[in-house]
Formats: sequence, structure tokens, C-alpha cells
Amino acid sequence: MYDFEFMKPSSLDEAVAALAEEDAQLLAGGQTLLPTMKQRLAMPSKLISLKDIPDFSYVKAEGDTLTIGGGTTHRQVSEEAESAFPGLASLAGRIGDPAVRNRGTIGGSLANNDPAACYPAAVLATGATVITNRREIPADEYFQGMFTTALDEGEIITAVRFPIPEASRYEKFAQPASRFPMVACFVAKMNGGVRVAVTGASEEGVFRWSEAEEALTATFSADALEGLAHPANGMISDIHGSGEYRAHLIGVMTKRAVLHLT
Amino acid sequence: MPKDGGIGASTKRREDVRFLTGTGRYTDDINLPGQAYVHFVRSDVAHGRIRSIDPSTAEGMPGVLKVFTSKDFEAAGGIPCGWQITSRDGSVMQEPKHPILAEGVVRHVGDPIAAIVAKSREQARDAAEALEIDIEELPAVMNMREALKDGAPQVHDSLDSNLCFDWGFVEENREAVDTAIREAAHVTTLELVNNRLIANPMEPRVAIGAYDMAADSHTLYTTSQNPHVIRLLMGAFVLNIPEHKLRVVAPDVGGGFGSKIYHYAEEAFCTYAAKVLRRPVKWTSSRSEAFMSDAHGRDHVTKIELALDADHNFTALRTETHANMGAYLSTFAPAVPTWLHGTLMAGNYRTPLVYVNVKAVFTNTVPVDAYRGAGRPEATFQLERVVDKAARELGIDPVELRRKNFITEFPYATPVAVEYDTGDYHATLDKVLEISDWAGFDARLEKSRARGKLRGIGLAHYIEACGIAPSNLVGQLGARAGLFESATVRVNATGGITVMTGSHSHGQGHATTFAQVVADMIGIDASQVEISHGDTANTPMGMGTYGSRSIAVGGSAMVKATEKIIAKARKIAAHMLEASADDIELKDGAFTVAGTDKSLNWGDVTLAAYVPHNYPLDEIEPGLEETAFYDPANFTFPSGAYVCEVEVDPETGKVEVQGFAAADDFGNVINPMIVEGQVQGGLAQGIGQALLEACAYDDDGQLLSASYMDYAMPRAYDFPMFKVDSSCRTPCTHNPLGVKGCGEAGAIGSPPAVVNAVIDALHRAGHEIPHIDMPMTPNRVWSAIHGGAGPDKDGETMEERSVGA
Repeated sequence: MYDFEFMKPSSLDEAVAALAEEDAQLLAGGQTLLPTMKQRLAMPSKLISLKDIPDFSYVKAEGDTLTIGGGTTHRQVSEEAESAFPGLASLAGRIGDPAVRNRGTIGGSLANNDPAACYPAAVLATGATVITNRREIPADEYFQGMFTTALDEGEIITAVRFPIPEASRYEKFAQPASRFPMVACFVAKMNGGVRVAVTGASEEGVFRWSEAEEALTATFSADALEGLAHPANGMISDIHGSGEYRAHLIGVMTKRAVLHLT
Repeated sequence: MPKDGGIGASTKRREDVRFLTGTGRYTDDINLPGQAYVHFVRSDVAHGRIRSIDPSTAEGMPGVLKVFTSKDFEAAGGIPCGWQITSRDGSVMQEPKHPILAEGVVRHVGDPIAAIVAKSREQARDAAEALEIDIEELPAVMNMREALKDGAPQVHDSLDSNLCFDWGFVEENREAVDTAIREAAHVTTLELVNNRLIANPMEPRVAIGAYDMAADSHTLYTTSQNPHVIRLLMGAFVLNIPEHKLRVVAPDVGGGFGSKIYHYAEEAFCTYAAKVLRRPVKWTSSRSEAFMSDAHGRDHVTKIELALDADHNFTALRTETHANMGAYLSTFAPAVPTWLHGTLMAGNYRTPLVYVNVKAVFTNTVPVDAYRGAGRPEATFQLERVVDKAARELGIDPVELRRKNFITEFPYATPVAVEYDTGDYHATLDKVLEISDWAGFDARLEKSRARGKLRGIGLAHYIEACGIAPSNLVGQLGARAGLFESATVRVNATGGITVMTGSHSHGQGHATTFAQVVADMIGIDASQVEISHGDTANTPMGMGTYGSRSIAVGGSAMVKATEKIIAKARKIAAHMLEASADDIELKDGAFTVAGTDKSLNWGDVTLAAYVPHNYPLDEIEPGLEETAFYDPANFTFPSGAYVCEVEVDPETGKVEVQGFAAADDFGNVINPMIVEGQVQGGLAQGIGQALLEACAYDDDGQLLSASYMDYAMPRAYDFPMFKVDSSCRTPCTHNPLGVKGCGEAGAIGSPPAVVNAVIDALHRAGHEIPHIDMPMTPNRVWSAIHGGAGPDKDGETMEERSVGA
């Protein structure tokens, strides 16, 4: 690890101001950043911890929406979202291991946008809104490819607002080594139709499987997916799975999510 | 003897108190005054010529004490290899120099080029980034068959080729085997890969060198399974330090699995640099470094042919294996695919003719050496797979085919040079069929089918040669070392005992089991016996722990030393009791004149030995301390039968182990609980090899599985509860405890059981797939079922595959 300054601001404004410094970097749960720094693959001049920002860690259900503070840990979501949004709680409870879930945060996960992260699938499948210190970003505009988001310099995720689906399910097929998703699908039965988001599979990061969405919107049953196959082009191919295999798993995981709900 | 603490008692592991409370003392816990830190600059290319190294910037960095390159080691020897193999044509193996730091050429990713010593670890690392190294990248050769072709890139220009040796065993049987296979009623052929593994002990390697100027003596603290071997190899062959001026300490060591047997460059570096710099020098491997510098395991590509007569008797076996040596010869590397592999190819069967050919090949990869089982898992895997395949081809029960060919009379001289002293293969088979509920499989199959899952059951037997090894025999086979073991039993005045053993415990629980043996022999409480190991300064010369040898060889040395103690104590007691030594009985810690009530406690006698007022000083010396060296008459031959039951998800190809049963014959067992723990750990590693673990390189020699993000370590939740039984016992006939060793069995017997189970599941569902290479990842199994693309390269055949499959 290279030397860096560390600060723990007690307000969002202070954090934003500090972030203006060149090579300053926000620290949320640190589950990706700290290992990267230990390997000297990242060298921020200053780390700005979000731990002491007030009202940054909460799960709040109001009517048809569930709002989660940017600094909320996976564990907190898995416990506190259970009654309002069980599909999301179940996802959060299966991220990493207990140590990761006790440190990692939803804001950190979304800002990083790892192509195999879990949360982006739920955010995209529900059409959630990413709320920052400056604006509100719809999910369909937020994710812009592997490790790339709509966030600008100096922008901090303060909360995520989910429309609560009528029913939802996250099915994950773990990569054998990292246990990140090799392919995972979030199926959300929303008021206006069904949305399906896929993580882990694509070289472009999380994406929606529109053919499955149309079929499931017409008929919400596993049978509706018969004959649908996601193409293999653009899918990640590595020592754990070929693109063709990942494409196949998209179908299997989507079907299992629907079966779970029907 | 105390019922709860002697031989056969499942005493809790006394060492666990300190391990579980964070008070173990591992090498990295040792910090010496004034210690400096070394960072090794390692090659990031698989093959390259070092054009220049400019240390000037790095040398001027804060805290930097010295930048070392190969120039600093011109007087030092290379890292030696401890075993020499002779090829079929009578020539000895090609043995390239293995320098401490690369001499002009780097030969694998991770090969150390330079070493920077600084006052802090971070300063050393900072300076490493400023070190200017110009490397001309050369073509790398990763694949063994490619490496043997004309015109292939040469790993070592100094050698004739990339072929280390071409070994035939038993060469005299070659023609007879060929004839038998040609004339057989049936021949089953199988080509397979034994996947390259990385040992991944929980504790990475650490070395600290220290030099005492006043005494002109060196100390090396290191994570080793055998400190005396390191002292001998490093002192005599690398740094020219006489053994009386070199102390090697291997304190608590957090797992080895073979990877900590070998003498590594980092150990020699720290020892040498400490003298140059006149201050201790410490190296702690990062996990990333461990992946590219710890010796890897396995990596064999094999073709095996089994010939059977019309009555299904095995008539001949022929194997051809390419064994990857990596870029240099690690300490015991040549022994693994040869004497630890070829000699086990008879397995549990009466096959009269066996011929084994092994071509060992240099490639631009990390050196490969022994990993838990070492050669024996490779032998067992191919044999038990081909036997299973033969049963399937012939349409007969795999259980019955094995039974029909079992060796049943002992001692049994195999056609591959070893003699099994005891065994009862039907007994372990019967036991494993019982505890696995083999008979109840069909009902479980129906339940799986109802849930849309495929289910299969697989059997595998194993035989292993442990308790290595008779020194005169291994000397003839090319070993450059003896393989005896030693123990000093020091009885203190008040009766407590310290045993200094040459064996080394790095997870095996010697502090508990060894104490049980001595306590049992004397009849005192095990708490009266302390086991000391791991420091050449206070233990007799020993060869360390590997090859399931500790209780069989080290334990035997301890028994011999304790017998000497008892004999002497009996003479002292006889004098004190005014009786003949022949009439003195030792029972429950008391010396009694037979047939009388005249008796002395153990402590009375030991006190007399050190306070010899009433003592036969004209006949025996005072004191009570004895040393014994034990060289085994033969290997020991643990054996067993394993059953694995799996479910396969046909949609994803994912394999779940539903049940695993192990019935082992370890001969006599000292501590059944510790033995069960050893088997469970071995099973986890063996099942891990079968389903998860693979070291993978790309064509350019970059290590793809370079962290836990890509190297799949098994987790507890990957396994069901194992059923482990060691009640079948045919005691070893040639060591005093009748023990055989248990450390490696689980890793040897389990991979073929798992693969047999998966293949069985697929066949029962109508998928006639002859074989799937390990690890049987979901993608590979899915591709086998559905024909879709696997994780391997398009159109890649078995022959083209070597590293990491």
C-alpha cells in the first residue's frame, strides 16, 4: 500500500469538498478498494471515509418505495428490507461472506459497478433511482458498462430508491473460485411489466434481457421462457466458463427465478 | 497405563489451545532487533533474457540497504535437487542450475530477478518499483508435448532439450507387457490429466536470516517441514556453511502439504544477506507471491491401458505419462512421477505385468514437486479410473471386478519392485459399502430423479507407500539423502519427559500423539511428556515430515529411544530394589519385583538417575537420556476403499457431493480422532482437486489462477459430513507400533471416487461419456452432457493440454 491521507468527514459537504482534491477517493466499505490498494493497483492521495456522514445508513419503506442510504451495509439490507422487499433482502444476504456483508455498502457496490456485482442486477431490474448529492439518476441511465457509471467527478451516492416489485427473485450461479456471480438474474414483476437484469455474464456489465421481459410480461410463467435463448456474443469467456455456457446460464437462472415466484 | 491418554485414546489436541487462542508462534511472529526486510523483484514474463539491471535509482531510495542481483551470488551454489533419475537409455537426468536470483535469463512468471533489502517492507517495495530492469522477452513453452518437439523454445540453453528424463519401469517387462496387451481379450484405454494444483497452506512461507558475528554462526527461521534437510542442503550445497555454524528453526508452521519440504531460494537469500548486511533479514511471502513461487503439485498427462483376459482377470497394465517439472528441478521433483508413482501402479490388484513410462519435461512454469500424496494420487487416479471404465465397457459390476482382482495373500511382491507386508482389501471394501449404504443407492437415485437431478455413485480403492523410506533402497533408486528418523528421549529428574524428535508437526498433532505413545509405554500420564521439534539446535538430525512418515518412522525412533530408557531405568530400579533386572516389571508407571509387593514409582527411579547416591555407578552412567535413529525395513502400505455419491444438475452441470465414505486400513491407530481429522482434511483436498482446483496458465505463460478470485479453494459448505472409518486394521509387520501412516490417504483415494461417481451419474442418465478431466467444473460437465463450448480452448485435445488442463 502506498502512503495516503485519511479523513473521516462528518458532513456530506465536507466530503464533497475533500473529493475535489486530485486523486482523492471515497472509502465506503472498502471491500474492493482496500485489497486493490494493498496490491498497489490503486494509489489515492487521500481516502475520504463515509462512515461518519449522518443519515447515510438506513432502510426506509414508504408506500411503494424502499429507500436505502448509500452507506448501508449488505447485512443491514438483508435484515431490514426483509418484510418490504424480500427479493432484495435475499440478494443482500447472499453477497460474499459475513465479513463482506458487515462492511460492504450498497453505495460502494453501485459506484464500483463490478460486472459481477450483485446489487446492479436488482437496481436495473426494478428500475430504481440512484440518488446523489447532485441529482437523481434512473437505473437505465446509470450503468454504462464494466466499472463505468453515470457518476461525475465529485458525485456521491447518497441513497437508492427502489420501487417495490409485486414479486422478485434473484438467482445466482456462483463462479467457483470467487463465488461472485458467474451469472445471476434478478427478475422483478413490476406494476407495468416484468424486468429481468443479468449480472456476471456480459463484457458490458449488468444488462436487461428484453426478450425475456417481453415474454414474461405477456405470461409470467417459466413456460413463457421456452425457446428463448440469450446469444453468446459479448458474453465473458474465461477459465471458469465459456461465453456460450454463460449465455445458457442466463436462461436457466431466469427460469429458476420465475419458478421460485410461481 | 492411563485409559484416557495412551495409545488408542482420542485425546484432544493439546496444541490447539495455543493455536485457537492466537498464541501460536509462527515464523512471521518472530521479529529480531534491527531486522531489515527483503522484497523480491520477480519476473512478470514467462521467459526472457535480462539485458540490464540498473539499481542506481533504487539504491538511493529511502531506507534501502542494498540491491542484490545474481552478481552477489557468484560464489554460491544453485538450489540442489535431492533425487537423481536415470533414463531408459542409461543416461542420468538433465539437471539445470537453479540460481538464487536469475542469472541472465528468467524462466517463469515469479522467477526472482533481484532482491531489495530495506529498513521497512514498504521501503523495499517502493524501491522495487524504481528498479530498472530491461528484459527481452523470449518465446515461452508451456505445453509438455510442444516442449519436446524439434525447434521448441528451450527452457535452458545449457541442456540438450526440454526432456529432463525418460524413465521406464520395469524396463525388463516392457516387451512382455506389450505382448500381453496385444494378445488380451479386452483392453481398456483412457487418456487423462492430473490437474496442476497449488498447495495453499494457510500460512504463506516466511524466512528470517540472522548472523552472529561474534560466534560466526548463522540462524535461519523458516516455514519448513524439515529443518535439518534445509540445514544440510543450504549449508552444504548453496552457501558453504558447515552445519555446526548453521541453526535452522521451523517453529509453529501453519500447514505444508508438501510445499514446505523444499529448500527455496528465499531461505538461502535471507541467510546470506544477513551476513552481508550484518543485520537480520526477513521475508514474508504475500499470497500472490505464494501462487507463483511455492512449488506446484501434480500436472501429469497420462495414457493408461489395462488388459484383461476373458475371465476379467487383469493381465497387464501399461502407462505413458508426461510429468511437468516446471522451469527448474525442485528438491524432490524427479522422485514424484517415478518412484512415488510407478511403484504404486499395481494398486490393490494382482496384475502380473506392469510397465510405466514417464517423460519429465521442463516448461516455463513454476517448479512442480510433491503435494499431499505425491505421485501416489496420480497413480491411484489413473488406475481406479481405468478399472471403472473397464467394468463399464465389459458390463460388469465395478465392485465385483475389483474383488476378482484383489491381492489377498501377504506379503505380496508386486511386479513394480515393492512388497506389501499386510492388507485386507475385501475388509475395507465391505466396510465402505456398509457405511456408504451402497445397497440403498437406488432409493436415493429415485429421489434425485424426482427433483430433476442426476445421481451417481463411485468407488475407488487405493494403496500407498508411506513411512518413507528404507535408506539403502532409496539410495539405489537415486535418492541423495537417507530417510531415517531420530528421537532423543530426555527424562528429567522428577520424572517428566521431553522428547526431541526429528519429525516436524505442521498440523499433524505430534505434540499429542507422540506423547500418548511414550506415556503408554511407561504407564505415566501423557501430561508428563512434552514433544519438542523444529529446531536443529536441540533435536537430533532428522529428515522431517512428509510422505505420511512421522508416526511410522519418527514414532518408531521414539519407541526405540524409549525402550532404551526403560531398559536403563529397570537396571536402576533393580539396584534400588536389590533384585535382578530380569525380575523387574514396569506397569502403570511403577517398577515392581515380580511376584512381590516391592515397588518403586517412576519418579523414584528417575530421581535416582540424577541423584545417584544409591546407584550402580560401576555398571551404568547416571542420567536418563537416550537417542535412537530408526531406518525402516520397508515402506508401509496403508490402503482403503472410498465411496462418493454425487448429484449433478443437468441444466448447469454443477456437481454436488451428497455423501462420502472412507474406510481406511492404517494398521494400528494412536489417536483415532486425529486420524479422522487427517482423513477429513485429505478428502477436502482430494475432492477439491476433483471439482474445483486448477492452476491455469495462458499460452504466454501468464498465471491465470493467480489469486483466490480465480483459484477455487474448497469451502466447508462444498462438502457433506464425511463418514470416516479406520477400524479395519492389519498392523504393519516391520515397525514396533504396527502403524502405517494416515496423512495423505484422503487426498489419494478421493479424486477417482468423485470422478467415477460423476461418470456414473451421467451414464445412468444415458450420457455415455467416457471421462471428464478434473476439475469437473460446472461448465465442463455441462459441455460433456450438451456438447456446448467448455472453458477450454476450442478443439483442444488431451494431447495438447498439460498445464492446468
